[in-house]
Amino acid sequence: MTQLPTSTERSLGLVIDLDTCVGCHACVISCKGWNTENYGAPLSDIDAYGANPHGTFLNRVHAYEVQPETGPAQTVHFPKSCLHCEDAPCVTVCPTGASYKRVEDGIVLVNEDDCIGCGLCAWACPYGARELDQLAGVMKKCTLCVDRIYNENLPEEDRVPSCVRTCPAGARHFGDLADPDSDVSKLVAERGGMDLMPELGTKPVNKYLPPRPRDRDDNIDILAPFLDPVIEEPTGFLGWLDKALGTVSGGKTDKKGAS
Amino acid sequence: MHPAPSVILFSTLSGLGFGLLAWLGFGQPVVFGWTAFWFYALAYALAVGGLLASTFHLGNPKNALKAYTQWKTSWLSREAWLSVLALVFMGIFAIGEIFLGTRWSVLGWIGGLLSIATVFTTSMIYAQLKTVPRWNHPTTSVLFLLYSIAGGALLTGHGLIAAILLLIAAAIQLLAWSAGDKRFAERGSTIETATGLGFMGKVRQFEPPHTGTNYLLDEMVYVVGRKHAKTLRLFAIVLACLAPAALLALPSAGLALIGLAAVVHLIGLFAQRWLFFAEAEHVVGLYYDKR
Ligand code: SF4
Ligand code: SF4
Ligand code: SF4
Repeated sequence: MTQLPTSTERSLGLVIDLDTCVGCHACVISCKGWNTENYGAPLSDIDAYGANPHGTFLNRVHAYEVQPETGPAQTVHFPKSCLHCEDAPCVTVCPTGASYKRVEDGIVLVNEDDCIGCGLCAWACPYGARELDQLAGVMKKCTLCVDRIYNENLPEEDRVPSCVRTCPAGARHFGDLADPDSDVSKLVAERGGMDLMPELGTKPVNKYLPPRPRDRDDNIDILAPFLDPVIEEPTGFLGWLDKALGTVSGGKTDKKGAS
Repeated sequence: MHPAPSVILFSTLSGLGFGLLAWLGFGQPVVFGWTAFWFYALAYALAVGGLLASTFHLGNPKNALKAYTQWKTSWLSREAWLSVLALVFMGIFAIGEIFLGTRWSVLGWIGGLLSIATVFTTSMIYAQLKTVPRWNHPTTSVLFLLYSIAGGALLTGHGLIAAILLLIAAAIQLLAWSAGDKRFAERGSTIETATGLGFMGKVRQFEPPHTGTNYLLDEMVYVVGRKHAKTLRLFAIVLACLAPAALLALPSAGLALIGLAAVVHLIGLFAQRWLFFAEAEHVVGLYYDKR
């Protein structure tokens, strides 16, 4: 049913820490692995061993460079998967009812048996979170690992999304964002979690934690460059080497331009 | 957005076909027997041919019937309904005119209005998308409707009305292009709002997330050939609007001239529709630092 629920009992989602993500792409690979072996059509690869390999992924890691007004630029690794939006435009455009948002936990899913592969939902998503699988012809998107989080056949510690379980930096957190006392909600409150493209009114459930300000060593004396070198001439082995090389290169040494 | 030939064909041909059906439904002209047959054959070939072309855009067409279920929220589903209803009503009306020599004029009016409504639903599939600012505006629907009704007038030999409608379409097209050029910036989505990193400074892509291409880039970040856009705009407006209007304004607008005007109009319409897609920028391009 493509009418959005007026409210959901819980809002399960991810909180992604842009401060700690190291851009290793482990979540990309584990997501592809889990979702190829489990729920729905496998995530296909086209021309995997050829000149132009490409394929379907539910999670991708971008990398940006941010240049502040002063000071050095900073690199930010930026994982992106479906944000399980509260006001999901991808759901309402679907003509078949294949796309839906679950009342019980807010997860946005595609029922592949109903999908006609029109791609309109991917057009409606601002975040590029939906990819039409080129072999299966149906729409693929992050399932929030719905087949792990409730899966009693898995040990308890594995009942979280594959990407969260895999992340070596602990940059991905999973929980109920509708519950103000959940760990993820506290994290968002503490770190100022933010929405992506809020101007489009999608009300994403997933939140992004901004990078913390970088440490700066402000204790370096501004006169430091004018201080005399501690050692005028190299001594010991370095001194010998300096002299030896100086002889070879025609008596030039790199200290004080002596010739 | 990727200007897929199937979607260009679909929206131009079916728009023209439904425009023709609307004029026939409203009894402009009133036709019977063989004349009626040829009119309806052309209208159905265009409308149904267009709809068939659109199914080539589907990844999984075997589920197509399910597209009739979500008319409450989905413009695509509404289009599926209205196009079938329009074709059914007009089909019954056509049987009366072709074989029985009678006009069930109420059916014709309903069928004609449904035909116009179908074109409106098609336009709303694009106009509803906030993610494509250039499309997300009432001018999208106005132009789809104008081209369709003007095309119908042209094909039914309403030379003067067609010429006037085409000139109005040309004016609105120019407005839509110039307003559309600014709309992406006006809506305020930038790589900074997309990443949320604007508070730190100026953002640029450092490394793309994948070395090859993907569905998103192929489908929504189409940048090839935009540099020809200005030339093509001229081409589109001259062929789709100005040239046919001039031809129709000639005093001796016979069948051959109408045919010529229709072909020129259709070629111009293909160019217009190609631009409609190729020039439309999707906000997802911001994540790739290109539009
Ligand atoms: S991120 Fe995109 S696919 Fe996911 S719910 Fe939001 S609009 Fe839909
Ligand atoms: S591609 Fe499938 S899920 Fe997406 S809108 Fe079309 S039918 Fe619905
Ligand atoms: S929650 Fe599951 S499907 Fe979604 S990005 Fe993580 S691993 Fe992929």
